[in-house]
Amino acid sequence: MFGKLTWSAIPLSEPIPLAAGGVVMVVVATVLAWITIKGHWPYLWREWITSVDHKRIGVMYCLLALVMLLRGFSDAIMMRSHLAFAGGDGQGYLPPDHYNQIFSAHGAIMIFFTAMPFMVGLMNFVVPLQLGVRDVAFPTLNSVSFWLTASGALLINASLVIGEFARTGWLAYPPLSELRFSPGVGVDYYLWSLQISGVGTLLSGVNLVTTILKMRAPGMTYTRMPVFCWTALASNLLIVATFPVLTATFALLTLDRYLGFHFFTNDLGGNPMMYINLIWIWGHPEVYILILPAFGVFSEVVSTFSGKPLFGYRSMILATMVICVLSCVVWLHHFFTMGAGANVNGFFGIMTMVIAVPTGVKVFNWLFTLYGGRVRYEVPVLWSISFMVTFVIGGLTGVLLSVPPVDWVLHNSLFLVAHFHNVAIGGVLFGAFTGYTYWFPKAFGFKLHEGFGKAAFWCWTIGFYLAFMPLYALGLMGMTRRVQHWDDLTWRPWLLCALGGAVVILIGIGFQVLQLVASIRQRRTNLDLSGDPWDGRSLEWATASPPPVFNFAVIPDVVGEEAYWGIKQRAIETQQLPAEASYQAIEMPRNTATGFVSAFFSTLIGFAMIWHIWWMACLGLLGAYAVLVAFAWRREVEFVIPATEVARIDRERRRIREQFLLTLGKPS
Amino acid sequence: MRQIPFRACLRMAAVAVLVAGVAGCSEGVLRPHGPVGEAEKTIFLNSLGIMLAIVVPTILATLGVAWWFRASNRRARYLPTWQYSGRIEMIVWSIPAMVILLLGGIAWVGSHDLDPPKALVSPEKAVRVEVVSLDWKWLFIYPDQGVASVNRLVVPVGVPVSFRLTSETVMNSFFVPELGSQIYTMNGMVSRLNLKADQPGLYPGFSAQFSGDGFSGMRFTVDAVGKEKFANWVEETKGNGRSLAMESYEDLAKPSKNVEPYTFGSVKAGLFDLIVNRPTGAIAKGN
Repeated sequence: MFGKLTWSAIPLSEPIPLAAGGVVMVVVATVLAWITIKGHWPYLWREWITSVDHKRIGVMYCLLALVMLLRGFSDAIMMRSHLAFAGGDGQGYLPPDHYNQIFSAHGAIMIFFTAMPFMVGLMNFVVPLQLGVRDVAFPTLNSVSFWLTASGALLINASLVIGEFARTGWLAYPPLSELRFSPGVGVDYYLWSLQISGVGTLLSGVNLVTTILKMRAPGMTYTRMPVFCWTALASNLLIVATFPVLTATFALLTLDRYLGFHFFTNDLGGNPMMYINLIWIWGHPEVYILILPAFGVFSEVVSTFSGKPLFGYRSMILATMVICVLSCVVWLHHFFTMGAGANVNGFFGIMTMVIAVPTGVKVFNWLFTLYGGRVRYEVPVLWSISFMVTFVIGGLTGVLLSVPPVDWVLHNSLFLVAHFHNVAIGGVLFGAFTGYTYWFPKAFGFKLHEGFGKAAFWCWTIGFYLAFMPLYALGLMGMTRRVQHWDDLTWRPWLLCALGGAVVILIGIGFQVLQLVASIRQRRTNLDLSGDPWDGRSLEWATASPPPVFNFAVIPDVVGEEAYWGIKQRAIETQQLPAEASYQAIEMPRNTATGFVSAFFSTLIGFAMIWHIWWMACLGLLGAYAVLVAFAWRREVEFVIPATEVARIDRERRRIREQFLLTLGKPS
Repeated sequence: MRQIPFRACLRMAAVAVLVAGVAGCSEGVLRPHGPVGEAEKTIFLNSLGIMLAIVVPTILATLGVAWWFRASNRRARYLPTWQYSGRIEMIVWSIPAMVILLLGGIAWVGSHDLDPPKALVSPEKAVRVEVVSLDWKWLFIYPDQGVASVNRLVVPVGVPVSFRLTSETVMNSFFVPELGSQIYTMNGMVSRLNLKADQPGLYPGFSAQFSGDGFSGMRFTVDAVGKEKFANWVEETKGNGRSLAMESYEDLAKPSKNVEPYTFGSVKAGLFDLIVNRPTGAIAKGN
């Protein structure tokens, strides 16, 4: 009846996952109870769960990412604290089978459910606003994408209390991930949760590419788009190009595990190396999918807070697109140690280094954007400058690893671990935090608390250096990744230092939680009435904070680069806004439960497949098909906001904006 | 506004940590004991030096510019519309391009010179060793001597060692940091590697590719000894009476963790190729 699922799937004998799962369930139950008691369900259902508004979906993506960051970080601090005391005679507190699950879950969660949703969320929220349009190209699809990602996140976290997670590392290399060596449900949890969320990401990529290519405001030519939109375009083009590879690779491994195929097995003609090639053909572009939008965020922030246009705008676009293309021809550097020929290794080594050229150009362009500026040291700028310094170090170690003979002695060492955390934290995560601080007032109408923000920033930066610089040294000393126990006692001080760094980061996360709580409680003192709290330059600052559901009452007419800066300067000079346009009724897409319901059925399919409950999988498939049919035959897709309502909302915005311009007053 | 000096201190501290790590480590890839590791260390330091020459000034310039152009510094020139300079663009594209040209040359030449299958130049005839990674231990077969050893690799000093490597089950990576290059061991496939120890000593070796629950204990020692001592070791081993043929190999192949080193005095000829070519799962299926 329930396939492989029995009561023994719940790890009653293992205190750590049980306690962790218990705490999570208590927290979730408390939140759900609070929502129920306060009667927020109808509001949540109407305004958020069924919402197809790109801003709401963007916010939910970021919220998911923040929650998953806590989960991924719990794994991280468990690993660090175990490893610091697992040397020589010390055994630490995590047995190998549990430790191996933790580092696999940490990697998979941080990449797929923290970094990805954060970046996709920021792009979702910002891109339509920056392009001067009312929503993404396919609003319902957008909701489906988000809920599929959430479905994957739910499944991967279910593995904490029901069954187990993969013990294979975050990329599940075969033959270790094949049925013979991993007979449990761990790899199946991995496959189904990432497969489902991967489909969500692919759909979201299609959506954003279409939006950027087809839906810009009049006059918003390609070379007038803000750089963030360009990096979003590059990132989503890579999603569209490479996520199908991931889906196919996982599908092949699934066939191996479920139907006895031999794509990647040791015997009967299978070749595990094929999987390793395929997964990195997706995997290397993936790191650029994550870092490119972060580059975009930094470009926006450095320019805004320097009070200057971005230096070398066209050069930035060129660099972005060069990275986008080159990222697809470097994958082999992840396995120089496989024994490919010297020409192959040399070629991929050089291609990898070539990416450092456009990346270096970007750093210099940010530097020259700061040059001649009036840099206001608000929290987003602190993150950006910390990023510039940290990322350059990460780039240096990355280029070192791209030299094949160097990689042969550092591959899979903690030097490598330090390198990719250096770019993933110093680049992607700092970028995400920058964007979060920068666009928070746009999303909610009030700024985040500055003091806590600065405290969090310093903890993260210092903690990062304390936690990861020792790993570079340990890698050079010959410590390899994923060991659960070590013997060389000279490593202990370095590992203790790394643990200290992780604790400092933990304090930083504490400050971020406090910041959010304090900002919400004191929101009246941090209100952003103007809609333009940072003296911004692109169109998202032209509308109110938070923007009305239709974003712009009248679609702006773009006449140059930095669309909003031009409008603002003219308004300041003439001391008035442009004349009021005639308001017209606006049609907006109707909210729908399609996304939520289809994700519900996807979760059902995933869970059923993991546990071999075939009838439930069929049920889920039928349900998903029914949702599709219901969606295809829906009658009312849009609702109309009457012109009078549009006029009322926009006149209020204009009144406030005009007051704001008077106080600003100074033509610059 | 105290952030920037603090940041600079922080950065210096970071570099200090790194340098201390490089200087203070007692073993590892920066203390090689063979020509391959030595060459790789040189390439590492040269590449690092070339990049530091550009990275350090960039970091300092970033911090300096960001601090000087702070909003409160009224002595800094404000250029609110400055956004393009052809000359600067030219420079910012050429500097990284030239660095990469240089490093690309190093990478290309290094990949060829140090290509793992390439035999090392030496008047001595190389010792052949066949390596099998098992769950979770290492088997070293000496086909010319007819002996084998588990989790201990004895090699003569000053003589090249030519490895052929494979895996019984999942993928591992054979790595001795103090001798140089690592290489994957893969089931059904043979990879090749050439290393040499220049000084006698004990060098730690291990798997650098995660391979399951016993992974952390999958360590071995390389015992680099004089040529005579090596010959003595072979003779002693030959006399120990334990023999390695398919049957005893299958016992050995059963998963075990943290295995203490031991040896086999005789080895069935051609065993390594049998291991490579047989269908896996043979043990699991009992044939």
